[in-house]
Amino acid sequence: MDLQQQNISDNNFESCIKCTICTVYCPVTAVNPDYPGPKQAGPDGERYRLKKPFFYDEALKYCLNCKRCEVACPNNVKIGDIIQAARIKYSSHKPSLRDTMLANTDFMGSMATAMAPIVNFTLGLKPVKLILDKVMKIDNHRTFPKYSSEKFETWFRKEAAEKQEGYARKVSYFHGCYVNYNFPQLGKDLVKVLNALGIGVRLLNGEKCCGVAKIANRCIDEATRDGRQNLKAIREAVERGDDVVATSSTCCFTLRDEYPHLLKLDNHDVRDHIELATRLIYRLIDNGDVKIVFRNDYHKRVAYHVPCHMEKLGWTIYSTSLLKMIPGLEFIHLDSHCCGIAGTYGFKKENYEYSQGIGEPLFRQIKESGCDFVACDCETCKWQIEMSAGVSVLNPVSVLADAIDVEKTMLANSSPS
Amino acid sequence: MRFDNIIIGGGLSGLIAAVVSQRAGKKTAIISAGQSALHFWSGSFEFLGNIDGNMVIDHPLMEAERLPDSHPYKKIGIPHTAELLSKVAPLLQEAGIKVKGSLERNHYRLTPMGFLKPAWLTLDEYFMADHPSQIEGKKYAIVNIAGYIDFYPNFLRNGLDKHGASCTISAIDIPQLAPLRKSTTEMRATNMSRFLRNDAVDSLAKEINMASRGADEAIVPAVLGMFSDEPVRRLRNQIDRPVNFIATTPASVPGVRCQLSLRDYFIRLGGTFIPGDTVKKGVFDGQRLKRVYTVNFGDMPIEADNFVICTGSFFGHGLIANIDRIYEPIFGLDLNETGDRTKWYDKDFFSPQPYMGTGVTTDSEFRPSLNGHTIENLYATGALLAGFNALKEGSGAGITLATALHAASKICS
Repeated sequence: MDLQQQNISDNNFESCIKCTICTVYCPVTAVNPDYPGPKQAGPDGERYRLKKPFFYDEALKYCLNCKRCEVACPNNVKIGDIIQAARIKYSSHKPSLRDTMLANTDFMGSMATAMAPIVNFTLGLKPVKLILDKVMKIDNHRTFPKYSSEKFETWFRKEAAEKQEGYARKVSYFHGCYVNYNFPQLGKDLVKVLNALGIGVRLLNGEKCCGVAKIANRCIDEATRDGRQNLKAIREAVERGDDVVATSSTCCFTLRDEYPHLLKLDNHDVRDHIELATRLIYRLIDNGDVKIVFRNDYHKRVAYHVPCHMEKLGWTIYSTSLLKMIPGLEFIHLDSHCCGIAGTYGFKKENYEYSQGIGEPLFRQIKESGCDFVACDCETCKWQIEMSAGVSVLNPVSVLADAIDVEKTMLANSSPS
Repeated sequence: MRFDNIIIGGGLSGLIAAVVSQRAGKKTAIISAGQSALHFWSGSFEFLGNIDGNMVIDHPLMEAERLPDSHPYKKIGIPHTAELLSKVAPLLQEAGIKVKGSLERNHYRLTPMGFLKPAWLTLDEYFMADHPSQIEGKKYAIVNIAGYIDFYPNFLRNGLDKHGASCTISAIDIPQLAPLRKSTTEMRATNMSRFLRNDAVDSLAKEINMASRGADEAIVPAVLGMFSDEPVRRLRNQIDRPVNFIATTPASVPGVRCQLSLRDYFIRLGGTFIPGDTVKKGVFDGQRLKRVYTVNFGDMPIEADNFVICTGSFFGHGLIANIDRIYEPIFGLDLNETGDRTKWYDKDFFSPQPYMGTGVTTDSEFRPSLNGHTIENLYATGALLAGFNALKEGSGAGITLATALHAASKICS
């Protein structure tokens, strides 16, 4: 007799024992009583939806896709995936113009960088924000990240690409939209650190936005198309012997897990070749493959914030371990707490108050910490914390770039070990 | 990545072992797959509540001597068990969890169904009685929150009346809970606790005062204080008579608080808590466990000198039961003999169930074995262990804590 030995339901939803622990840890449930909570939105509701799509609740749009429910679940149910998959499958709402614009970071980014000074100035004007609020329902309290005049890829091709060929070992860098259009400095910092460690950096061939915003805003066809393109570029890189690193915890998580779970893009052949830069750097140092030397005049009090997707990846320890290696760095580990922005979610007028309410305990803890700045691997957390806690935020890679003694590091890595 | 000690499992057993280890200056990490059974905590810990079908109230330590030699308490030795367990209340106190009770004599807790059951330690805010006679002649006001269905005032009244008390039942409401009433599913202990803070506690106190006028004590569902006990203290300070809480159906608000308090205490001591991750396999060198691989860490293992496995029983996936076998999923540790499937259970649901005694077998030091060979630096604790029926004996917490403290003393020397 052929007995079913393992659970085979999608996302393990049959393993749900309805314990409600997920709902205890949901950041949205804490502030929004209209949201049914992950148990009901996810595995509980799925039983009804499978019988009749009529039972789909539009309130599922309040889910942040933070996956903290999955981290808390004792039974390995992929609750966040169940909710997002249900939104994709059952919601009858088409993405609005606002949602499409917020989600199409490649398009908006390309347009904006072409006229960055004007865009940055305009987006900062109060009357403009009020119009965006009234017409597009983008909350007027929100500050926008500034756009860069020069894309990271442009800088890289002009200033860095040639030098990279000289390195024996190379990685390919999935930079993501934030580095490319808003903050190339982070990409430059990564190149600086990896080069000092003796590793060259290459761009992917035809990188597109990872698609997390498109998935959240239900532009699934576009997300899938871009995802296929990204996987093609990643496969090319892996075939030529490169591993792929990202500096954004959310981009990394999306490429590895959301692609197969929500977009049905099979990436099993390359998934383990995609990791965060901090994980790569930690591994190389821990194995003794590279050495890193820090400046002895670096003195900062740094508070580390755990992005939700970082907690889901389970790789917080790599970023925090690297920061703790810096001698002059006084390290504070903030309580792991959602900042509330959830990407494009926090820009929307209907979510803004919840977004701020979710992050409020975190902002308070940051202000009370007396830190010089916050370190965090996610760019949208960075926007939220800078706006709502009034403290600047740096990616751990940028902290490494600031604290590293490049010459001494290069020397340490050039001598035979 | 290296630690001195790695604790596999972030429940009560793992947290206690990890706290002791980190406090002793050992670099300690906990790897926890998901949140633990503490989220369903009744508010009491039992040492030994029942032996040979009789309730144990007086001299639980003496009664424990009658347990079989294979029982964890006897393996440790009753005097040594008592010594280890005496450390629990002070340790919990340091983590911000106040409990009352003694190993010398069990007290009674009041279950949500209205029964008096023996307990060793009970959370300070819960209803406790040293003896049923304490209940006789007392006037209790059982006060529920209107619309909250996970609390059973009638059962409580029946139970207390049996012991000579007289009870009134009432339901109160406060405006701050109005947002929850928009949805029929939101009147749940954990959701309510989020709203029952600050001025909402003051409003609640006012209502409970009025509803319990004329009574000796107020009895209220345990829906306050999920992240700290401040709302409980704030409420009690404003009510003119003692207020005691009764456990609700899941999740347990004080249970969540207990888990988070212990976890945060561990982190404050410098410990590393790795949530949402599962250990997949271990690599051995002879009879020593060298390193483990987890799902999230992928190809980067973690090494340690010593390991403690406290992954729980069937609920926590410490043990997995298939159609034809029961097994320990991480290392494939040796279990006690279970026989074929028909021997795992008794068809009478209320009889002692054989599967409750299933678990990992260990040597006198609580070290498990693989194919008959003891693993020198791995200790097993808690519900994962074989040789007892925690449900029938009323011994779950005592075994969890005694074996955790015992393992902790081994990995700290």
